[in-house]
Amino acid sequence: MSIDAQIMWNRLIAVVEEQATTLVRTAFSTSVREAGDLSAGLFDARGRMMAQAVTGTPGHVNAMAESVGHFVDAIGRQTMKKGDVYITNDPWLGTGHLHDITVVTPVFREARLIGFFACTAHIVDIGGRGFGPDANEVYEEGLLIPISRFADAGEVNAFLVDIVRANVREPVQVVGDIYSLAACNEAGEKRLQAMLDEFRTDDLEDLSDFIAKASHQATRAAIAKVPDGTYTHEMTVDGFEAPVEMHVTLTVAGDRITCDFAGTSGMSRFGVNCPEVYTRAYACYALKCAIAPEVPNNAAALEPFEITAPEGSILAARRPAPVSVRHVMGHLVPDVVLGALHKALPATVPAEGASALWNIQISCRPVDDASNLPRREVLMFNSGGTGARPALDGLSATAFPSGVSTMSVEATEQVGPITVWRKELRPDSGGAGQQRGGLGQVIEISPREGYALMFNAMFDRCAYPARGRDGGGQGAPGRVELTDGTTLRAKGRQSVPEGATLRLSLPGGGGYGDPGARDRDAVRADVAAGYVSAENARKTYGLEDDT
Amino acid sequence: MIRCGVDIGGTFTDVVLDHPGGRATTKVLTDYARPEDAILEGIRLTADAAGVALSDLGQVIHGTTLVTNALIQRSGPRMAFVTTEGFRDVIEMRSENRFEQYDLNLRLPEPLVPRKDRFTLSERMSPQGDVLRPLDPDAVEALVRDIAAKDYATVAVGFLHSYANDAHERVVYEFFSRIAPDLPVSISSRVSPQMRELPRFNTVIANAYVRPQVAAYLDRLVTRLREAGTDAPVYMMHSGGGLISVETAAEEPVRLLESGPAGGAIFAAGYARAHGIGRALSFDMGGTTAKICLIEDGAPKTASSFEIARTWRFKKGSGMTVSTPVVEMVEIGAGGGSIASIDALGRIQVGPRSAGSEPGPACYQRGGQHPTVTDANLTLGRLDPEAFAGGKIPLSTEAAERALAAHVGQAQGLGPADAAFGVTEMVDEQMANAARVHAVENGREIEDFTMIAFGGGAPLHAARLAEKLGIAAVLVPPGAGVGSAIGFLEAPVSYETARGLFQRLDTFDAGTVNAALETMEAEARRFVEAGAQGQATETRLVAHMRYSGQGWEIPVLLDSRVFGEDAPAKLRAAFEEAYRTLFGRIIEGLAVEVANWTLSVATPKPPRAAVTRRETGRKAEGKARRFLDAALRAHVDAAEVARADLSPGDRVDGPAIVTEDETSTIVTSAFTCIAQDDGSLLLIRKDRT
Repeated sequence: MSIDAQIMWNRLIAVVEEQATTLVRTAFSTSVREAGDLSAGLFDARGRMMAQAVTGTPGHVNAMAESVGHFVDAIGRQTMKKGDVYITNDPWLGTGHLHDITVVTPVFREARLIGFFACTAHIVDIGGRGFGPDANEVYEEGLLIPISRFADAGEVNAFLVDIVRANVREPVQVVGDIYSLAACNEAGEKRLQAMLDEFRTDDLEDLSDFIAKASHQATRAAIAKVPDGTYTHEMTVDGFEAPVEMHVTLTVAGDRITCDFAGTSGMSRFGVNCPEVYTRAYACYALKCAIAPEVPNNAAALEPFEITAPEGSILAARRPAPVSVRHVMGHLVPDVVLGALHKALPATVPAEGASALWNIQISCRPVDDASNLPRREVLMFNSGGTGARPALDGLSATAFPSGVSTMSVEATEQVGPITVWRKELRPDSGGAGQQRGGLGQVIEISPREGYALMFNAMFDRCAYPARGRDGGGQGAPGRVELTDGTTLRAKGRQSVPEGATLRLSLPGGGGYGDPGARDRDAVRADVAAGYVSAENARKTYGLEDDT
Repeated sequence: MIRCGVDIGGTFTDVVLDHPGGRATTKVLTDYARPEDAILEGIRLTADAAGVALSDLGQVIHGTTLVTNALIQRSGPRMAFVTTEGFRDVIEMRSENRFEQYDLNLRLPEPLVPRKDRFTLSERMSPQGDVLRPLDPDAVEALVRDIAAKDYATVAVGFLHSYANDAHERVVYEFFSRIAPDLPVSISSRVSPQMRELPRFNTVIANAYVRPQVAAYLDRLVTRLREAGTDAPVYMMHSGGGLISVETAAEEPVRLLESGPAGGAIFAAGYARAHGIGRALSFDMGGTTAKICLIEDGAPKTASSFEIARTWRFKKGSGMTVSTPVVEMVEIGAGGGSIASIDALGRIQVGPRSAGSEPGPACYQRGGQHPTVTDANLTLGRLDPEAFAGGKIPLSTEAAERALAAHVGQAQGLGPADAAFGVTEMVDEQMANAARVHAVENGREIEDFTMIAFGGGAPLHAARLAEKLGIAAVLVPPGAGVGSAIGFLEAPVSYETARGLFQRLDTFDAGTVNAALETMEAEARRFVEAGAQGQATETRLVAHMRYSGQGWEIPVLLDSRVFGEDAPAKLRAAFEEAYRTLFGRIIEGLAVEVANWTLSVATPKPPRAAVTRRETGRKAEGKARRFLDAALRAHVDAAEVARADLSPGDRVDGPAIVTEDETSTIVTSAFTCIAQDDGSLLLIRKDRT
């Protein structure tokens, strides 16, 4: 294996990481900066993804890989010029909802097109109803920019900028973020050109072939170790207006895997639908974690995973379905896929977890309109527990499959007039098992004096909690309520009046294996720490201590 | 004044003594059980060599990895943490993310204080410091009695928003003082009064955790020094690159983290000043890791928080973030002892696993079977097998080649030389990538920097690294083997205070800010003045600012510390300038706010005599050697010259090797090396001379 090719591969991964770093630093959007909701990658002239940065968003894996092909089709290779920058936020051609803007920049060497840099980021606003599941069609969710030229031979398309500016709530930030996206591709190109100078080559094709061959071989070798067969699995989740059935069929034949979602429920009237590209991203992420985690993301590493969902299902929504908060269903996809894979590879994958993030966007409104109190928006990212692993407990209050981070409560309280009275682990919420599920958390929030809160609930695993595996118990279901005992709905717009306190009890992860087989000292330690109550330890784990 | 610098490292304890006759240095083996024994031995040996009596010592300046090691090894005592009801699990929930995306069997670092030892009290402050829920003194007393009755050796207290109002933390502190006066209690509003509960709680907990150990150690050290006949005051190097008294260090030991590397950065900064290098990249490569730091205008870049005790491959997020002033450094798992292997995709991988000094690289022939970076350097002719460590450790090229063939070459179909080339290129590539990203994160172009290379491994790799980074000049200072200890002697006495005081510019309250800054300055001054011994001091104020709605701040250096009516306009202008430097643009029409303030008082940096750069000179002759020049992908005939034989102005054109006891400087074909008047080697790219 050529050493130069290895060094260049290594360099390309550094180049896309640098591209992503540039974007994280310059983007305004909180979800980019705090949650890593972005992606960045390099493609060869044929549109094959050669390298992709590892960011907080598995939802962009695959989606990113497919996007450049759409741009090539729409723009036409022959019309591409140096200094061009292309853009779209089409959910079906990008990464699943209008809030993600994808920017693609062609790279030329000696006037010859040799590849593309692409990047995607979640922007603060895209007009329409604002970020939430309420729309019934994508048209209500905001502005859709078809694949178009943001810059033509270095000249920015002023008309397009004006359209964006006129259609979003935070024009300065949104347009600024589009420039950031273009700048991050530029930073990547500069490094790539320097590398090509250093290695005295004018082409990416040989290197791309090398990367493809090594990645393909490693991925296929990993898949070949999975026993051949057809494995099906089903999971019911809360959904929006009705429970959603997710059905999956995995077929392993030699060194290929197909994953199909036939039998899955139809679309929702609300914005929790996933374009197929987003479903593929999360299904593929789950399979890759379990089967070939060490192979870097590129087209060849993803290609052996063939993922399909029937058009018109909630996992392959048809235009013009609303898709704004497609992450809620998308985050649950890995659980059902891993459930099927468990039948092929016992003792490998975790039990089901809370999985869907419990993000909450809170609008703080003065109770008295005549008061001079300002309106404020607060966004919090929160995670429940992950499923127990075959040899390890689940992770408490930790995001999976998403890779996002939470924000400091002190910083959040500086942003808006709320008080977070509690944000701590939720005892007895981890599913019982030889390995215990990760704990969820309890969050209590009230408005400061003079304010009431509105929030858009998009919480799952309240009616259908995370199931355990191999005899493990289920994680505690989620609950949404006021501390005075008023029960609230898990989906939809609701309010918290002045003086009241909202309590979110986030779901726990499922357990793994028979609780009776759990190490007695581990149960005692859980009781001492308060992860498990003494009563539960007796009842569920059969701990006979007097303590 | 006769001053003595002491750096305790993983393998060696380095002692440097500056006396009227010059500088004496000694290396002795670190004594893990009783570090002070090695220090005393080292000081005695050095003083004897210099002909100085211990009673003549004027100052002892000390840096230690004790704090870092205690946190990594978790060797602290049982401790209790007291926090706000509803927030018992802040340190366990961390930022709720996974630092490694694709590992289903990920293990998160265990919190330093287990849940059963974390206690809560009903109380609450608002972000503005108003009491939302009062603290009940009876509940405090009951809890304090309960904790005092158990076998806790140390206690940390951290309440929400205590940076805005410390009253409740103080109440708890006072109850402990009264009920359990011997129990050391650290409170977060004292140790790290900055907004963001996770780093603040981590910091106060880390402080409390190491306090008993550090206090006992410093006590023993001072006693031993007294017994040995010196009453010189002892100063400790802190992570921010300055000195604090031993008494302060015993109370706030968390400030001692990473003091050795900070000394190295100060050492490099001294050479940057002497050589008039405005932008320097310090590159310190040892046995297990390499450290990179940006030095601008003669001062190492600092930050207000950093991550310690990473548990997984030096990966970001696998440790704990503490907020304490620190010289900002990037550390990567790449050193001479880093082990090379082949990954699942058939690619060469180097580090972060290290063979350490025991068994060490395969070429040491002390049982190490795995090929390391040192083995690769030896195989490529970059190290002299007979002259390593002054000839004290004979190296076996044959053993190195055998290990490379077995673990890298066979899988790749490569001979030992090609495998070795792959290994060194890969490690240089990793370091170059880390340096590039670090520069980008700071809004800088790495090409604009001059590299300052020190530590055993750096001179071997510096020229190649510079080639990869597009850097035109590399300075290799003398005495690089004890760089950190020399840096201690050049560090200012300094103290930094931080304070979370949130201010939006459109509602800026100058009176409140001025009063807070005055208190901060008085506090910092109190710590510095004792050690400053009448020297003038410099005060530096940094506001950590952002646009409203952003979740992160950028540091903005301010030239004024008293604010009047024009404060919002001035602060905005300073913020925009800093924002533009970092991000290349500003955002019009958005509100701007300040989250935290940091103020430091320091004695001035010691003046450095300017060294006039020599760029040409007499060509020095050497004996013939061959080594592999990575950029040319070819073995080249090189000149080997002993560093000791070079006089100022002597020139050695690459390819060449300049040898010394501790290491060798590789001058690749692209560089020319000129000996400078202060004993430094300056490597200049030939196309720039």
